[in-house]
Amino acid sequence: MSWLDFFRGQRKPDSSASAAKERLQIVLAHERIGRNREDFLPKLQQELVAVVARYVAIDPGKVNVNLDRGGDMSTLAIEIELPAPAAMRMAAGAR
Amino acid sequence: MAQVVVVTSGKGGVGKTTSSAAFATGLAQRGKKTVVIDFDVGLRNLDLIMGVERRVVFDIVNVISGEARLNQALIRDKRVETLSILPASQTRDKDALTKEGVQGIIEELSKDFDYILCDSPAGIEKGALLALYFADQAIVVTNPEVSSVRDSDRILGVLQSRSKRAEEKREPVKEHLLVTRFDPVRVERGEMLKLEDIREILSIPLLGVIPESESVLKASNTGTPVIMDGESTAGQAYADAVSRFLGEEKPHRFIEAEKKGIFKRLFGGRAA
Repeated sequence: MSWLDFFRGQRKPDSSASAAKERLQIVLAHERIGRNREDFLPKLQQELVAVVARYVAIDPGKVNVNLDRGGDMSTLAIEIELPAPAAMRMAAGAR
Repeated sequence: MAQVVVVTSGKGGVGKTTSSAAFATGLAQRGKKTVVIDFDVGLRNLDLIMGVERRVVFDIVNVISGEARLNQALIRDKRVETLSILPASQTRDKDALTKEGVQGIIEELSKDFDYILCDSPAGIEKGALLALYFADQAIVVTNPEVSSVRDSDRILGVLQSRSKRAEEKREPVKEHLLVTRFDPVRVERGEMLKLEDIREILSIPLLGVIPESESVLKASNTGTPVIMDGESTAGQAYADAVSRFLGEEKPHRFIEAEKKGIFKRLFGGRAA
């Protein structure tokens, strides 16, 4: 803001109010859909881990589920850490 | 038959009790027989805002549990003849309220009053659910701020699914938006959500806009509902909102920033 603005009585528009509006529109669009539905993510994670564990020995603690809700598109990222081949062999040998 | 009106918001601290006190007083000033009930069991404050804290003998929980009659618990306002207050209990917890108990109280009050205002506690727990359950109309108090708007949206969802009217599939609860702590100067600077934005997001009819005002704190200090301060912008805005609630057409005031001259900008000057 330049010192002249003080006399003009104007300030540069701050965009925080429009950011507030945009964030609210996105979050509420999602919340309104999910209002009558339970949160499926914990169950999804459980079932996914069960399926993967059938084929690979995995540590259930090393599973990350990330959701990014966007206006036009949302992404669900599931990251499962697979053990190193050496560890897998050791686990197989121990059996 | 009385109209049951809940004053609710989801979020705390947005002005539910201030608005309940102002609205109840405003309706009573127009000659409507009005009772305002504090549903915030354990954290009662309506008595302080209404300035009757020293006259509380019995409360809503005493009535529900049969320890006192409704008439003994009602406090008649000394300033406005047609206004009564039913205080919440300060010692019990929220489980002391029951649906049957509240229903009994509302049915009995319906015989003597035109309007029953229910001042809801914050949150969406039992007290808040009971405050809105019997409502015919809802005044949703919202600040121009993200968490308040989100919680208002949530409480609107609750009104549409968990109120008695919703459960019985009757005509839905009539919803009114009351925006409080609005500061047109900050809106102009782009620091605060615009009125149109809040209306667009919540999409319910706008009942009133109460400007941020020093008079609200002054009113609570002295236990005088702010609507009785006819000099203040907040008091006038509440009076307008009451008129609209009763069906009058009133233009919205105090929603545009006042153009300040250089003198005022140099030496300050705050909202009355």
